[in-house]
Amino acid sequence: MTAMTSARPTTGPSSPRARLQAFAHLHRSATIIASMVLITVAMILLPQVPPLSFIQRSDAWYDTFANAGVFILLAMGLNVVVGLAGLLDLGYAAFFAIGSYTYAYSNSPFSHQNLPFLPMLAVGAAVAAVFGIALGAPTLRLRGDYLAIMTLGFGEIVPIMFLNLDKWTEGTNGIGGIFRPEPLPLLGEFTPLSPFAYYILSVMIVTLAMILLYRMQDSRIGRAWNAIREDELAAAANGINTVTTKLLAFAIGATTAGFAGVFNASKLTIVSPEQFLFAVSFSVLAMVILGGMGNIWGVAAGAFVVYLIQIVLLKQLNGIVENLNVPFLTKVNFLDYQYLLFGIALVLMMLFRPEGLFPSQRRRRELHIADELEGPIDEPGVIGSMGETPGADETFNEAAGEDVPGHDR
Amino acid sequence: MTAIASPAAQPNPLSRGIRMTVIAVVAVVAYMLILWVLLFGLGGRTVANAFPEALQQTVNALSIGAIYALIALGYTMVYGIIELINFAHGDIFMLGAFLATVFIAGITGNNDAVTNIPLLIVLLLGALVFTMPIIGLLNVGIERAVYRPLRHAPRLAPLITAVGVSFILQNVALTIAGSGDRKSPQIFPLDWTIPIGGAQVSILSIFIFVLAMLLMLALQAFVSRTRLGRAMRATAQDQEASALMGVDANQTISLTFLIGGVLAAAAGLVWGLRFGFVRFDLGFNSGLKAFTAAVLGGIGNITGAVIGGFIIGFIENGAASLGYSRWSEFLVFVILTLVLLFKPTGILGQLTGDRA
Repeated sequence: MTAMTSARPTTGPSSPRARLQAFAHLHRSATIIASMVLITVAMILLPQVPPLSFIQRSDAWYDTFANAGVFILLAMGLNVVVGLAGLLDLGYAAFFAIGSYTYAYSNSPFSHQNLPFLPMLAVGAAVAAVFGIALGAPTLRLRGDYLAIMTLGFGEIVPIMFLNLDKWTEGTNGIGGIFRPEPLPLLGEFTPLSPFAYYILSVMIVTLAMILLYRMQDSRIGRAWNAIREDELAAAANGINTVTTKLLAFAIGATTAGFAGVFNASKLTIVSPEQFLFAVSFSVLAMVILGGMGNIWGVAAGAFVVYLIQIVLLKQLNGIVENLNVPFLTKVNFLDYQYLLFGIALVLMMLFRPEGLFPSQRRRRELHIADELEGPIDEPGVIGSMGETPGADETFNEAAGEDVPGHDR
Repeated sequence: MTAIASPAAQPNPLSRGIRMTVIAVVAVVAYMLILWVLLFGLGGRTVANAFPEALQQTVNALSIGAIYALIALGYTMVYGIIELINFAHGDIFMLGAFLATVFIAGITGNNDAVTNIPLLIVLLLGALVFTMPIIGLLNVGIERAVYRPLRHAPRLAPLITAVGVSFILQNVALTIAGSGDRKSPQIFPLDWTIPIGGAQVSILSIFIFVLAMLLMLALQAFVSRTRLGRAMRATAQDQEASALMGVDANQTISLTFLIGGVLAAAAGLVWGLRFGFVRFDLGFNSGLKAFTAAVLGGIGNITGAVIGGFIIGFIENGAASLGYSRWSEFLVFVILTLVLLFKPTGILGQLTGDRA
């Protein structure tokens, strides 16, 4: 980290924006905490005033924000796998499910257990990590495509297992009546009627995860992830153990999902297989892509926005259209179209803005390699199999060489 | 131009064909005998009861396997040529099933079986002629619109796009047809059976198997004997070198998607005949199984995909006949894991296995 910060002399000290960026880069954790405090305070105040206060009561907003925190966690975790290490995980909801069920087993009338919440947060994350390693270890030795299909399969069978093993999981009904976390200092009691404590807890977990993930991204491991994503062969030639490094990314993704799962189960107080279908993995993937692969803040913002669109905007749209009484549109339930919209958004983003709405600089350059090649893509002369275009690597390395390594934003 | 033999081809294709047929017949008979023993041992049937059931189930397994094999061909051919897992392919199959259902229901107007044989043949041929080009061209259109612009992009981009396309197709079907099962007219009479040794062997299952085999043999002949087929093999082997030899890569890739779509459409038609329903998420499960079949057989290898498809069909059918049908997804996943662990190149694959 010191090498990185000392190697950024070119940005002139004259521009205050650059100076602020340099400061933020130097004091990353403090910046995150300060920003999160500001955001939290803003989000406590905003629901009290119009237009947000018209949409729902402030308690309902805190509830929405707390739930959004779950998806922000999931998106930040998937970002490590997809955005930093460049692997595709299509069964991310499975780890979320494993975290959720772990908490359900530790705190429900079904299992006759009532264990404290905070240690369970770590246990749930650890259990998810174990599954992540067990799934990743055999697969990550192979080329990246296989991971996508393995995780897709894993994401499908985990809910099926929870459904079929009904003796231990209560099948379709799921495990209900999960105990809420015991009262924590400063936060007070967790009750269904006052979601404020949940909101603050969710902010705290997100902040902690963000600090950890940023520190990891800026460390030796983070640079190894970058190297593997950009050119695995070159990374291996430079002494990076690609298998363990990729496995670490995969395990960290699973761990974060485990965290999110424990929090989610403690808040919903019920877990059942249909909460963890492919649509969840897909939504989280859409959040990461829309937010901007590789940019932690961007991904968090993407998750927040997408979640609000899902939960608040589309519902509101239904209400508005109903009030306007447009004859054709009143029958349309916009919620039904959300995944169609996500699918279209995902494809359009990949085609026209693969770096996402809040891109990381490094990722943007990498994803526009095709544009830098001479000649239009359709020209039959420029042919190479996907992602292995000869010359593409050289082009990129030249472009990267002009820049300060590790200078992400 | 004289025929160029691909390096993998055997010197005498006829003897190779005979050898593979013998192996296949032995495998099917072995499956039947194993199932017989298992039905007797685990299923609680008597020895005499178990045999007809084993025979019937074996024929059913052949028809299921044929459907998976047809879908798996689309995965394996696309992977072979542009190294893309086309996640949308399962949904192409699902749309094929929907289109065939719409066509048949539109013409017959009811769900009854058609016992008039010439009429039945005309209807089935009509459904094939109607769905195959539409679905094939849809697949080509998808490639042209979204995969081609990303051909030089980093690997992740087309992969994510394929997932997006899969979700779009699924949700288009969901929007149009709703979330429940839609009835598909079973015009092929289910009660047509051949009595063999106390068993009632379904003619529909035999029909599905024969139709699939005909399509696969046609594909094999196309790929190994025609100029375009040779272009496909050349492009799959080395895109740049084949482009230097005058092969139009874009056209060849479009052709691959066309063939994949056509085969998936045929699979969709027979799915409707066999199971009598279609649903928007049909492609997700079947696609995953078919992809497993392609990996099992050796991805990129056409014969391998067919073998893999039948193996998956046998396993699923075996699980179902012993009363464990709800574990079939789990079994398929276990197979996928085991193959990737111990033999990632699959049964016949030689293309993959490279790291990174």
